[in-house]
Amino acid sequence: MKAATNDVIVDLRNLKMYFPIYKGLLRRKIGEVKAVDDLSFTIKKNETLGLVGESGCGKTTTGRCILRLYSPTSGNIFFHGKDISGLQERQIRPLRRHMGTIFQDPYGSLNPRQTAGKIAGMPLIIHKLVKKREFNDKVAELFRLVGLDPSMMDRVPHEFSGGQRQRLGIARALACQPSLVVCDEPISALDVSIQAQIINLLEELQEKLGLTYLFIAHDLSMVQHISDRVAVMYLGRIVEIADSTELYDNPLHPYTKALLSAVPIPNPLVERNRMRIVLKGEVPSPVNPPMGCHFHPRCDLATVDCHEGTPPLRDVGSGHEVACFKV
Amino acid sequence: MAVLLHIENLKTYFNTYRGLVKAVDGVSCYVGEKEIIGLVGESGCGKSVSMLSVMQLIPTPPGHIADGRVMFDGQDLLKYEARGEEMSSIRGAKIAMIFQEPMTSLNPVLTIRRQLTEVLELHLGMDSQSARERAIELLTLVGIPDAETRLGDYPHQFSGGMRQRVMIAMALSCNPKIIIADEPTTALDVTTQAQLLELMKEMVERFNTSLIIVTHNLGVVARYAERIYVMYSGRIVESGLSDDIFGNPQHPYTIGLLKCVPRLGETRKKRKLVPIVGLPPNLIDMPQNCAFLPRCAYHSEKCKKEPWPALRSLGNNHYTACYLDIQEKQ
Repeated sequence: MKAATNDVIVDLRNLKMYFPIYKGLLRRKIGEVKAVDDLSFTIKKNETLGLVGESGCGKTTTGRCILRLYSPTSGNIFFHGKDISGLQERQIRPLRRHMGTIFQDPYGSLNPRQTAGKIAGMPLIIHKLVKKREFNDKVAELFRLVGLDPSMMDRVPHEFSGGQRQRLGIARALACQPSLVVCDEPISALDVSIQAQIINLLEELQEKLGLTYLFIAHDLSMVQHISDRVAVMYLGRIVEIADSTELYDNPLHPYTKALLSAVPIPNPLVERNRMRIVLKGEVPSPVNPPMGCHFHPRCDLATVDCHEGTPPLRDVGSGHEVACFKV
Repeated sequence: MAVLLHIENLKTYFNTYRGLVKAVDGVSCYVGEKEIIGLVGESGCGKSVSMLSVMQLIPTPPGHIADGRVMFDGQDLLKYEARGEEMSSIRGAKIAMIFQEPMTSLNPVLTIRRQLTEVLELHLGMDSQSARERAIELLTLVGIPDAETRLGDYPHQFSGGMRQRVMIAMALSCNPKIIIADEPTTALDVTTQAQLLELMKEMVERFNTSLIIVTHNLGVVARYAERIYVMYSGRIVESGLSDDIFGNPQHPYTIGLLKCVPRLGETRKKRKLVPIVGLPPNLIDMPQNCAFLPRCAYHSEKCKKEPWPALRSLGNNHYTACYLDIQEKQ
């Protein structure tokens, strides 16, 4: 298999990531959590792909597979045209400098005992990209890039506010000038008034440095704001993927519709007249997902077909893909 | 509409070794009968502390209620001893609370049955059999399937949304006059959030209860609240009818909050977000003038010289704590 054109940075083909469940004294395998179940999509250069879904739907696992923090059960991951799904840790390490990660929790993801400068510059040391005497200048440059004062380099994380910590996390992610940045819920731990600061920073950096983002979040309105295309996940599968305005104007999958209608809009006049689709029940367990279409037990349109067969993602025009028999 | 709960000039301070933290500094607000109100603000603005003060659940020391009155049923609740009998008979029975994190607010080593019936036995003097029946009834009411068998389960056997349903059942159990929901859906997914908010609305309508929704998400209250209070660093900076707060915000902070969140369907090509610059203030050694001043996009010379502005009326129950006339500025 060969990956498509040059401007595709990430190309996932039938990616599966199952986590075994062991039980008993002999640690026998009794089942699997199908966290990611047959996922295919591409991320193009300079694009932001949003990945939304409820907790436990496999969006973080997808991100970690792309970073090869997990070894996928099956399927291929092409990164810059190279299949990285089967590589050994030793082989993958040099590639990691081209991938950055911004984590959700700006409190847990920074070592409390390291100075801010060390945290942000650590990737440079690991990948031997900087000489010792240039280190401070390089880190100061990174600090300025993300809007932090370089004089704060010697401080430790607890002296920073939540927003500043997340800036520090961004500085670390960008240290090696990666082409792809996986943003895993980068704003959900921040205050509302700070979220916009971070989002604007990410947008500016993308324009300035030509970055490609995989933006993972559960807040649909924020994802739609920042993304060019949005993929909606449900129980390890993509149910719909489309251009972000198209997804809002013309959602097709019943789950996407429910998700959109559940997002609160800060306008009482709109809210009062809005139909809200309240889903029945809860998200089933990924250990034992429903047969056929995973969404059918909660779906109003479901028929026997949905129970029996798994709907494939199919194109309904201009790159809008949906996995549903009924639309 | 009769006023049910009236908080007047509430001040709750905390002694810390760095200095006195004025977490709530002169908050006044009221809830009418069968009314749903929203209390909105960022973390650390004092919204939870003011509600905990009403229930007298402030850890003392370090905290103490320095001043103010909480009028409920013609009585000032702050006159009662926090651990006294009068307060216990109100807490949970007449004013109930739903907390943010259902995992930490439910006791992990007790069954759901024990936790639900405790309230019933304590406040309503039910015997264990009738309390059990009532508990089943309550769980069914909040949409927990197969309530009878689930009664023996422990909190960890429930999902996040289900746990919050249990909390709602618990809050409803004694037919309270007021339910205070402190960030009831923050830790949950949007679809679950929608389910629970609809459920809460349905329940308060059915039982003629008033509801106070404390949240940082303006969107959550837009659909449900009739009136909204916006808090910033321990004070109320704007209050009014929901339509006015969203349609005609007058305080620069409220305006900022509305501009910094994306609207559904608006991509960055259509509108860039306008963040509020800077950080929320440190509540120790607050300046005398307006606490929002360093972040305010509209401030004038007057704001720097004068003390923190008091709430002034704009008519139609709309109040703002700002010297400026926003219409002129815009």
